[in-house]
Amino acid sequence: MEVTRREFIKLAGLASAGAVVTASSGALLTGCSPLVGMEDESLNDTNMGMITIPSRCEEGCTGCIDACNKMHNVPKHDNKDHEIKWIWETEFPHAFTEYMENEILKERMEHVPFLVMCNHCSNPACVRVCPTQATFRRKDGMVLMDYHRCIGCRFCVAACPYGARSFNFKDPKKGLEDPVPNPNFPTRTKGVVEKCNFCSERDIHGSELPYCVEACANKKGGVEASALIFGDLDNPEFKERIEKIQKDEKLIPLRRKEIAGTQPKVYYLV
Amino acid sequence: MIEKALKGSKKYWLWLGFCATLFGVGAGFYIDQLFNGLQITGMSRDVSWGFYLANFTFFVGVAASGVMLVLPYYLHDQKEFGKITILGEFLAVVACAMCITFVTIDLGRPDRLVNLFLHPTFNSILFFDIVVLSGYLLINIIVGWSILDAEHKGEKPRRFVKPLIYLSIPWAASIHTVTAFIYAGLAAKPFWLTAVMAPRFLATAFAAGPALLIIICLILRKYTDFDPGKIAIKKLSTIVTYAAIAGFFFLLCEFFTAFYSGGAEHTATWKYLLFGEGGSGLQPYMWGVLISTVIAIVLLVNPKTRYRDDTLVIACVLLFVSIWIDKGLLLVIPGFIPNPLHEFNQYFPTLKEAIITFGVWGLGFMVLTVLYKIAISVKMEVGDQDIEH
Amino acid sequence: MYDTSKIVIGIIVFLAVFTIPFWYSQVSGDADEMPEIVIAPEAGDQCVEDVDYMRAKHMDLLNTWRNDVVRGADREYESDAYPGVIYDKSLTDTCLGQCHTNKSEFCDQCHTYVNVEPGCWECHNIVGE
Repeated sequence: MEVTRREFIKLAGLASAGAVVTASSGALLTGCSPLVGMEDESLNDTNMGMITIPSRCEEGCTGCIDACNKMHNVPKHDNKDHEIKWIWETEFPHAFTEYMENEILKERMEHVPFLVMCNHCSNPACVRVCPTQATFRRKDGMVLMDYHRCIGCRFCVAACPYGARSFNFKDPKKGLEDPVPNPNFPTRTKGVVEKCNFCSERDIHGSELPYCVEACANKKGGVEASALIFGDLDNPEFKERIEKIQKDEKLIPLRRKEIAGTQPKVYYLV
Repeated sequence: MIEKALKGSKKYWLWLGFCATLFGVGAGFYIDQLFNGLQITGMSRDVSWGFYLANFTFFVGVAASGVMLVLPYYLHDQKEFGKITILGEFLAVVACAMCITFVTIDLGRPDRLVNLFLHPTFNSILFFDIVVLSGYLLINIIVGWSILDAEHKGEKPRRFVKPLIYLSIPWAASIHTVTAFIYAGLAAKPFWLTAVMAPRFLATAFAAGPALLIIICLILRKYTDFDPGKIAIKKLSTIVTYAAIAGFFFLLCEFFTAFYSGGAEHTATWKYLLFGEGGSGLQPYMWGVLISTVIAIVLLVNPKTRYRDDTLVIACVLLFVSIWIDKGLLLVIPGFIPNPLHEFNQYFPTLKEAIITFGVWGLGFMVLTVLYKIAISVKMEVGDQDIEH
Repeated sequence: MYDTSKIVIGIIVFLAVFTIPFWYSQVSGDADEMPEIVIAPEAGDQCVEDVDYMRAKHMDLLNTWRNDVVRGADREYESDAYPGVIYDKSLTDTCLGQCHTNKSEFCDQCHTYVNVEPGCWECHNIVGE
């Protein structure tokens, strides 16, 4: 078969066009969403995450949830459909739906409260789908929201495998007292999505802890006894601390919906 | 040409008035939504997409189906479609415009819509969808209008039109594919996580769109002096038949994977839809769709009923409505049921939500009527003379 | 076909309606007087930047602050006009909390006059007032 120069150029053109399409769709398919760098570059290597130990939770205690709701002006609406939830309590089979049919585990976990929240995933589906980068992943491993930019399309709500995102169906001020519980933290407007922010407004890389962790530690009389532990998952000291708890209390770390491929960063030691 | 839309019969103006009223009432309730937020809809924390996006998804299909006339006419030289290709192109224009409207009214903060372009995000399918939809809208306006204008003036269409027509063909497939990818790309929603989503979307679209065109053609023939041509309708009905069968086949494929594999999460939603496990709100619709699709296919496959106008209309209406319900209520909504924590929360559109939705329909049909009035007036003026493209 | 006179009248009517904002207040005598900016006694001698800059660009500055804080956790602002002075990038704490404690006189008056409604206070609270 002879190939004329004209045909060759045509073929080459087609091939390179194909390569461009493949490359761009490759970028699309891997869903590579850009990371947002920190002003303090030393923090770019951190990887903030949460360890929860459900067995340490006391039944009926809502200290962590109350602290979060108060400090973040999370509204309380009467209509369950319009609820806003940052951190809340559920039962084992709902937190870990893949073990829904596992009667042995279900029985053992029957009265253990499980705290669920945004998992600040390493491979977050919400960030991948957001059309405006209103939700983004910072280099310190926090998945955050820019409420100024959110257009309220709720694509992220659909994409989140944890149901961690809430949409403001109505003016949040309707569900808050006046003045708001914490005037130093902004409220949101109707029409935007919101979620747990691992207390990014606090000095969580330094001397402060997220409000939920702080509340739990205060109640339990110290961070060592707390049901919630927060820190840099890549930090060797932190790792050692968690490993020690695992060993001492004979616990294994579980993450919710591993199958979704999001690499969640909230661990449950059970 | 536009002046042709200003002269019409009483029926024409009454119909336009009806559409305008629908639109007006819908717009009124939309203002309510702007002030009070999306709480006026039936959507909730768990079912966070509803009737608006359902209609959006359906009309992307209608828009894409314009290609079912363009492709045979321009690529396979099916001259019979000469008179109605413009109807397909204008239907695509209107459907695209409706889609963009549906996305916009679904937003919590429509005032920030421009953020889509201020912060373009190439990893978001929604961003791509808006881009391809706007593009398709533009292509079809330009193509449809310039061809009609050329016919009106008795000239050849401008030279740029032909490449645009060829571009519009793959573009049509792309808009519905990208729309399917909005759903099919989410690991969080096992019900949507199926590779057959895009093919199924295209198949049902190519059934619903031409079905609507057949209905429109028959209405035009009855109420105006315009005759779309018997052969054109015959060929359209063949397209509808094949597409409907393909669409139904894909649905059966879904059933197979969901039930034979026994995978808990994928099956849960189908069990909810078919057997009412976890709530029976959508169950009657599911069965209604299944039954009416089968009836429509039986009527279409049999040549005797396919070539009779009355049975053809029944088949087309059944198909159009069942695909609308299927892509709307039965695809978008059950994706959220059960929720990620395996809790069952039901959804049904509220009256206000439905009124706003049909307001968009009113707007669509209004624009469509005006465009069709212009197109048909030109076609009647020019007569049957064949114009070389 | 070409009704020149009708077209001209049409254009005149259109222009008249289109330019309403420019002449309405003159004709009706409704034009408000320009408000005088009231600086609260709490405010010191200087703002984070000089007055002309702030007058022209305060919204740009706030937008930059917003993006820095929300997206990059960058809270410290070093003034261009007063090198070495560091401010916390906060509308509630720095702008309104420390200096312009009189939001209604300082911010709202002007915004009302030029008929703009910045959305800031839908979410950001005013501590004190």
